[in-house]
Amino acid sequence: MSDITVTEFVRITSSKDETVEFGKEIASNLKSGSVIALYGNLGSGKTTLVKGICEGLGVKENVNSPTFTLINEYKGRELDVYHVDLYRLKSTSELQETGLTDFMGSYNTITLIEWPEIAESILPVDAIKIYLSHSVENENTRWIKLEMRKK
Amino acid sequence: MKDIIFSIETSCDETSVSVLQGAKVLSNIISSQSFHSKYGGIVPELASRSHIKIIDKIATTAFKEASVRKKDITLVAATGGPGLIGSLLTGFNFAKAFALSRKIPFISIDHIESHIFSPFIGYEKIDFPFIALVVSGGHTILAKVEYYDKYVILGQTVDDAAGEAFDKAGKLLGLDYPAGPEIDRLAELGNENYHHFPEAVVRNSVYNFSFSGIKTSLLYFLNENFPDNKNIPINDISASFRKSVISSLLSRTLKACTDYSIKKIAISGGVSSNFLLRRKFRELESDGFEIYFPMPGYSTDNAAMIGYYAYLRSIYCKVNYTKELSLNAYPVFRS
Repeated sequence: MSDITVTEFVRITSSKDETVEFGKEIASNLKSGSVIALYGNLGSGKTTLVKGICEGLGVKENVNSPTFTLINEYKGRELDVYHVDLYRLKSTSELQETGLTDFMGSYNTITLIEWPEIAESILPVDAIKIYLSHSVENENTRWIKLEMRKK
Repeated sequence: MKDIIFSIETSCDETSVSVLQGAKVLSNIISSQSFHSKYGGIVPELASRSHIKIIDKIATTAFKEASVRKKDITLVAATGGPGLIGSLLTGFNFAKAFALSRKIPFISIDHIESHIFSPFIGYEKIDFPFIALVVSGGHTILAKVEYYDKYVILGQTVDDAAGEAFDKAGKLLGLDYPAGPEIDRLAELGNENYHHFPEAVVRNSVYNFSFSGIKTSLLYFLNENFPDNKNIPINDISASFRKSVISSLLSRTLKACTDYSIKKIAISGGVSSNFLLRRKFRELESDGFEIYFPMPGYSTDNAAMIGYYAYLRSIYCKVNYTKELSLNAYPVFRS
């Protein structure tokens, strides 16, 4: 039995800009092969946070929602960034066809997955999980929780 | 004698094959599988494996329907990108292999560029410049087009595509995803002034689009006013939501027209069949604008637009066919 330590971290942001800034902070702590799963409802700020992470990784391209295309690929300063969105997928067999397992966790890549629920069983043990939610009171406030796992 | 063109499009869910003679489409087959998903709410069987399964069959159907034999083909084209790489490669390599084995020229075609020219399918030549608006479930792009291979991207979405905004609004309203066409239909029955959903302004660019905020705005509106999800006036909300999205598409397009003194607009992509969008742009015709929309069947992803744009390129641009054969498929739009 290997023990897994889970570290949790919560941040509340009160604007899109702050969410982007937080993404940049996260980026500075990522290393080659990192996999990040982003959980949260429609409009909870997943793509905004991804924008920040990509900016932090030195991506110069326009980062937008890959819901339709499933996967966007960007060139970071040092690493290739895969921006994945599994919203449209309904079964794990479809998941295979995206090729996610071909690049997820591989050397010199960062994989960011929106709507990762369907891929839960194939996420690496040390995937960073990020949960985002709206606040009830304010349209611009987001509650963001990070879960990091270490063996 | 005009080229007989064989073209393939497999950038996303659809598998499509078309045969053209010059600018004229002889056949345009789109896989029925995803056709059902679009119109019947069935989930599309995704990506490369399903493309591999059906591409040969669809190609045979396209040849048959066009009454063209394989040996009549003189030019081959396929979508090189952007799209899902596994899907793209299926069609791209099928087309390359077809061209190589028959020793005929091959052209790699950009999906977005072919959308830009899709409203002109059938035209032997086009007068430039014009402003192009590509609006679909995956893309929202505004461009100034100066020649068949020369254009400037003025703006694009910084988050969700316009079609995606409709699809996701539908989801929030309890409709099946993707609900874009359904929202449009319901909106026709509703009051567009029921609620004002603000248009997002994008910093640093007057031509960029943002549709993520309006999605959140709708979510909050629903939570606040209909916490129990009951008696939602779905027609009125659809109409109000649609008004905001279409108005943001229209205002940026018109700004581009004014700024560059251009009165010719070509709108393409799946959202170009939106009722309100069509009415709003058609209204401009009385102000002297020339408005072009794709013919039915050419607005969503299809191979006819790939073949047509390949034809235009072969006629009006310098194409290095040897180099085209060595090109690779690519996932992201190279603007």
